[in-house]
Amino acid sequence: MFSSRLPLGFRLKNGAWGAFLSYSKTTSSKSNSAKAEAKKKSLIKMSSKKAPATAKSVKSSASSQSLGQLSDKTLIQMLDLMIKSRVLEERLIKIYRAGESYFWIGGPGEEAWGVPIGLLANKGQGVKHDFLHLHYRCTPTLIAMGMPMKDSIRLMMNRVTDPSTGGRNFSNHYCIPEMNIAPVTSPIGVQYGIALGTAHAQKRAGAKAISIVTGGDAGTAEGDFASCLIWASRKDNELPMLITVQNNYWGISTSYEGQHGETNIADRARGFNIRSRVVNGNDPVESYIALKEEMDYIRKTGKPSFIEAKVSRLYGHSSASGANLVTSEEDCIKSFSDKLVSKKIITEKEVKAIWSGYEEEALRATEEARGEGSPTSESIWDHVFADNENSDWRKF
Amino acid sequence: MANMAQAIRLALNYSEKNLQLKDVFGQDVGAPLGGVFTATQGLKTSWNTPLDERGIISMAMGIAMAGDRCVAEIQFCDYIFNTIDLLKIAGNTLWCTNGQYNLPMTVMTPVGAGIRGSVYHSHSFDSWASRIQGWKVVMPSTPLDAYGLLLSAIKDPNPVLFLKPKALMRVRGDELIPGEPSDEKELKMRIDAPIGDRSKWKADWPQTTEYLVEIGKGKITRQGEQITVVSWGRHLLLANEIADELKADGVSVEVIDLRSIYPYDWDMIKTSVAKTGRVLIVNEDTEVTNFGEHLIYRVVQELFYQLLARPRLIAGKNVPGIGLHPNLEDATVPQKAEIKSAILEIIEEVP
Ligand SMILES: Cc1ncc(C[n+]2csc(CCOP(=O)(O)OP(=O)(O)O)c2C)c(N)n1
Ligand SMILES: [Mg+2]
Repeated sequence: MFSSRLPLGFRLKNGAWGAFLSYSKTTSSKSNSAKAEAKKKSLIKMSSKKAPATAKSVKSSASSQSLGQLSDKTLIQMLDLMIKSRVLEERLIKIYRAGESYFWIGGPGEEAWGVPIGLLANKGQGVKHDFLHLHYRCTPTLIAMGMPMKDSIRLMMNRVTDPSTGGRNFSNHYCIPEMNIAPVTSPIGVQYGIALGTAHAQKRAGAKAISIVTGGDAGTAEGDFASCLIWASRKDNELPMLITVQNNYWGISTSYEGQHGETNIADRARGFNIRSRVVNGNDPVESYIALKEEMDYIRKTGKPSFIEAKVSRLYGHSSASGANLVTSEEDCIKSFSDKLVSKKIITEKEVKAIWSGYEEEALRATEEARGEGSPTSESIWDHVFADNENSDWRKF
Repeated sequence: MANMAQAIRLALNYSEKNLQLKDVFGQDVGAPLGGVFTATQGLKTSWNTPLDERGIISMAMGIAMAGDRCVAEIQFCDYIFNTIDLLKIAGNTLWCTNGQYNLPMTVMTPVGAGIRGSVYHSHSFDSWASRIQGWKVVMPSTPLDAYGLLLSAIKDPNPVLFLKPKALMRVRGDELIPGEPSDEKELKMRIDAPIGDRSKWKADWPQTTEYLVEIGKGKITRQGEQITVVSWGRHLLLANEIADELKADGVSVEVIDLRSIYPYDWDMIKTSVAKTGRVLIVNEDTEVTNFGEHLIYRVVQELFYQLLARPRLIAGKNVPGIGLHPNLEDATVPQKAEIKSAILEIIEEVP
């Protein structure tokens, strides 16, 4: 199936993308522990030094042992969704390895951060609901918002039934207008600018909805990130935006230190008088509490807020660097389920059952998606213009 | 008669009132200046942005995504180049999402030479724009067409690039915009911001009415038999002038104002060239991979055996910029004499 769909001469072991960036695999494994160390240091520094613009929240979320005020139900729900998202991503990687897709990129390692976003967002379509401008590691958020596994698999396998792109784009490049999920695009950083426009329209509509934007640490070097800080914070023109960065300390193979002079990316937001904080994105409770506080603040004041979440990158950058499990970084699901088990909120047996239930669901969804159709060659002309107005010059 | 800047202003005012236009924004677009060419003076929805072209295009994309209509301005097209990947995304969003998110946004920007604007106020963008799929691209040559095309752009569900020939911003047409006062002085009094303190000034808008120029439709501005000249923007007016001059010498030139670069009015070109057998395309974007080359390609493919002479393109010279000294600008951008002699040469050519 794979070889028949590849262009001539492109039967590489890891797909056409396999040769690309193979060096980054070795680079990453070598310096991973150093990176984990740096991350720890920066977090410790952050939690001891309270920023003037930051609310009391740092204190309440500083302890990674605490379960906050969250109910057992919410804690279990979060663990459940985190596992679901991980199982799905691992299934996507298997689909890639089986030669049933060309490329994988996704969000394993960001579940503790991404799931609470999905749970807390005001879900719906139009300016009275939150807009989400996400990047390509956002599966946990969408799973938490109710996206069926099968829809992600359809995207991965470029089926005609893929509801996001109809087989036109890469894995994790979701688009779900019914939930205001703006299309995920490949060019790094552009979502930071586009989010300004939805926030502007939301502000006009006056319904206390906000625009949430996510992105990677390396991508903050793009001008669009600076645009976002500038436009969101204009005096008397502030925009209701939750601006976030998922700092996994990597941009493909370039380390955080290789690009950043600032201690925390969150420091940049302070220069614009944007309320800003750093959280341990491997801790779903800390993430949940911080996200809730900042979302409440934005809805109440109409002003922007900034969160930098320190996260792990558990399968490397993408399939181009092998998509192999990295064991030197913290696995947020393991930490969280161990914690819930030790606090007797859930049993190990129950956790196992969650994993196996979702594994079965993912496998079934894959089998179903496999049988669904492919986009047709004629369809390339569809949707160049709205309402399928002709865009082919041969027919003008 | 309104000039093009006034016509654009009237179209924006009409759209604020009738087409749910919610935002008109860009650098110096709001009060007090109302745009470096005054095209956005007195509007209710206009506002000044940070000096950030990428921010401007991104903002427009987000507003469109949220379902509101907006017109964003890039102050000079010379400064649009750092947004080109955003323009690509705006153009591919509907396609990439398999028809789910259309972005009904209009971007307007002044283009072209003719005001001694030197290197960074003379660029053209029509040929560049023709390579950004998913956009409609229009370029008026008269105030009335500017009015009608801008209304169509704002109504269109797709992203539309509205290119304003900057040398024509003060040029008047010979047709009134429906609802426009016929007295030029009255119009000026009512909608041009006063010199000096403008803090209390408000425009007294005339009630213009809906007038649409369909995107994708050209206009025959001179009827003729011996050659077809296809042009747009500033050079269209030159083509008209030349056709009038040559008419006195007994030469019959048909002139087509293309008005829309994409989609373009192939039927009009085809019918005309089939009749005349000769064609000259004129525009001021640079000549290598010029949009006119695409039109000539198509003429050759579809009308080869009806041609009486080699089709020809006159466009900007393929040099990095347009120099300030008139000798430099005039040697770079197509001039009247050059166009006129090309017409005569083509007419004399025999197969
Ligand atoms: C504008 C742009 N430049 C380069 C790339 C290629 N690229 C894809 S991901 C990536 C690294 C992004 O790193 P970061 O922003 O930290 O996000 P992460 O992948 O670590 O989550 C690069 C350089 C791109 N997609 N877009
Ligand atoms: Mg990164």
